[in-house]
Amino acid sequence: MGSLLNKSRPPVFCPGCSHDRITQTLDRAFQNMGLRGEEIVIVTDIGCSGLFDTFFNTHAFHGLHGRALTYATGLKMAQPHLHVIVTMGDGGLGIGGAHVLSACRRNLDLTLLVLNNFNFGMTGGQFSATTPSTAQVGSGFLNRLELPFDICRVAASAGAGYVRRCSGYAKNLLQEIENAVRFDGFSILDIWGICPGRYTKRNRLTPQIIEESLAKMPPIKNPVPENQREEYGRHYRDLAAGQKQVSPPKKMTAQFDPVERKIMKVIILGNAGQRIITAGEILCLAGLTAGFQTTQKNEYNITVLRGHSITEVILSPHVIGYTGIERPDVILALSQEGVDRRIDLFDSLDNSVLILLAPGVAIPSCKAEILQPNFKSQKIKSTDWALAALIVLAKMNRVIHLEMLKTALKYKFRNTILKSSLDLLERVRTD
Amino acid sequence: MAFCLMEGNEAIAWGAIASGCRFFAGYPITPATTIFNTMLKLLPPLGGICLQGEDEIASIGYCLGASMGGTKAMTATSGPGISLYSEHISFAIGSEIPIVIVDVQRLGPSTGSATRGADGDIQFLRWGNSGGLPVIVLAPVDVSDCYLMTINAFNLAEEFRCPVFIASNKEIAMTRENIDMDAFDIPNIIERTPPPAGKPFIPFEVSLESKVPYFLPIGGDVIVRQTSSTHGTDGYITTDSDEIARIQDRLNTKLTSKVKSFSFHETILEKDADTLLLTYGITARAARDVYQVCKNSGSPISLLILKTLWPVPEELIKEKAKHVKRVVVVEMNLGQYVREIERILPDKSIDFFGQMDGRLISPKQIAKVLAHG
Repeated sequence: MGSLLNKSRPPVFCPGCSHDRITQTLDRAFQNMGLRGEEIVIVTDIGCSGLFDTFFNTHAFHGLHGRALTYATGLKMAQPHLHVIVTMGDGGLGIGGAHVLSACRRNLDLTLLVLNNFNFGMTGGQFSATTPSTAQVGSGFLNRLELPFDICRVAASAGAGYVRRCSGYAKNLLQEIENAVRFDGFSILDIWGICPGRYTKRNRLTPQIIEESLAKMPPIKNPVPENQREEYGRHYRDLAAGQKQVSPPKKMTAQFDPVERKIMKVIILGNAGQRIITAGEILCLAGLTAGFQTTQKNEYNITVLRGHSITEVILSPHVIGYTGIERPDVILALSQEGVDRRIDLFDSLDNSVLILLAPGVAIPSCKAEILQPNFKSQKIKSTDWALAALIVLAKMNRVIHLEMLKTALKYKFRNTILKSSLDLLERVRTD
Repeated sequence: MAFCLMEGNEAIAWGAIASGCRFFAGYPITPATTIFNTMLKLLPPLGGICLQGEDEIASIGYCLGASMGGTKAMTATSGPGISLYSEHISFAIGSEIPIVIVDVQRLGPSTGSATRGADGDIQFLRWGNSGGLPVIVLAPVDVSDCYLMTINAFNLAEEFRCPVFIASNKEIAMTRENIDMDAFDIPNIIERTPPPAGKPFIPFEVSLESKVPYFLPIGGDVIVRQTSSTHGTDGYITTDSDEIARIQDRLNTKLTSKVKSFSFHETILEKDADTLLLTYGITARAARDVYQVCKNSGSPISLLILKTLWPVPEELIKEKAKHVKRVVVVEMNLGQYVREIERILPDKSIDFFGQMDGRLISPKQIAKVLAHG
């Protein structure tokens, strides 16, 4: 198998840059593994490490700073047979930190080669996430205030299965790269190197010093024993294959005559946790059983079990335009917070409007017809008041009738929930 | 008669599946989350991929990778997520990566109000990328539109190799409505065009007739280069000003010169009307009611509902406004698209009404603007 180096685009690194040796060695690793360019994608981001994809006759994907692992993830999931090699500098580790952690946690079969030369080479030698606090760099005194991180310890604790650090000048660099590429899962190889254009202008760093510094680093057992697990892509496809196929959306057939074939507007004023939105959906479904068009507009806060929850349902023989309700035909007033949120609504009501008022809820005086079913004495929990109010409506033949409601419940619910809702339907009295 | 009951977000997911979308990645955010929820149910059993990104930047990054891997891809978020998508939107524009991006708009600015609707991102979607090159933005009006506009969005993304936005709104996305999916007139599904056989593949080369490069996936038998940097047709960085100018011009005109072919809209022109009510998105529903009231009362108005917002369908707007003296623009923000209308129709009297408080604009409010300006 021949070299995959791109003869039309020879490397353009500064003289003495360790990236050059890494480029040549990566090519030899590909050759050792017998890989063709079509089987590889090199994914890069910004900085000198971002030049790598250009130098190879492989698929190439070059993107934004720190984001290489995100493209690599999408590519590997879409094309699982590809060998995905990601190069990032120490700059990319900082700006793309969240993506590095996620890649470690996920264990998708990507190889991350960190071209760690302790500074931002291209932009003027500013400090990165791995710059020693004692170094003289292009960020003035700022790096003296921060500690560099050890990406290997970070990666190991974030769940990476393969974590190694080595020198870009190591005799066994070829073996180091090949082992990382061969690892079945996420592998990270932290390759320490020299940036002659910037870093070593003001800091003493030699291959010898790199070796000595590496020797002083805390050892990491590799492959990381506690992080060995199934490769993400295969695991994903296994679990996905076991997911049940979803049937196309169910339809509700028009099957009943309605109570009245006219536009009807119902507002349910309740609280989060009172199943207001579900009740609204059931009312819509009931409307469909009698051939109505329907909309359900909802209003609630971001809190899950607190605050108001309001739903506005329109049933109409015609296509519905505006989904809001200014003049309701029916208000189900089920909580004080819901009522207070729409207090203005009560000003203009006339006596054709029906209000079902739940126990303990106060409304402004108004001209509407008010009914106060005593859900408490009927031992109905407040979480069931919305459905109970619909049952009261149906029993009064207002807006919907019982057959419409029963059909909606049977469409929406199964098993125990269906049973308990039909029990409620039998139990609820209108008084 | 039989209907499904569905919210706009679910309809977008079903529309994506019908378009052949097999990759979705998103980060949870109200009011877009139910698109993610639905895609997570639909995609894996079909052999598709649905991922939850560690953030929005990652989510769209996964999609760009998957799209270049040859898969139709979609992501969905709201305004705060669009902000984070920005660098990757520019990437998709400049490097011609097909992707559908759903913006379920919520009330801004910033984190704003998660559960209140707005159309506050309309100029942001157009201009929220570095370089300022055009994008396509489609605006659904109702749940049926969510389904159909998603199919149109995928077709346009594939045809033009560009990001296509669906500018939804909490009030469409999380509103349930009856829809009749069997009655839909579904457009043919468009796929990316592979290069003609027998010639070496040049990643950004276009044919004489088309302004859009042929597509081959990364991972196929032919080597493909993709880069976010300013590149020539060969996919390598270029510094040649003439070549750069040619490609920038192509990225611009490949969309602006074709907008006539995808100017989705709904128009009712009344012969005696001297006013055109122009709107889009959820507000169009109230506008339809107002149109009917005006017609019934014997003082008809014309109605133009735009479903393609960007590139601005200028010819369409000029033509529909030809016979009116006055155009009333109504939108759920403090005046964004009206700027385009003022630009295109300098000889018309333009009135504007906008509202940005989380409430829908009601037919009554629109009628008042029509009556009093």
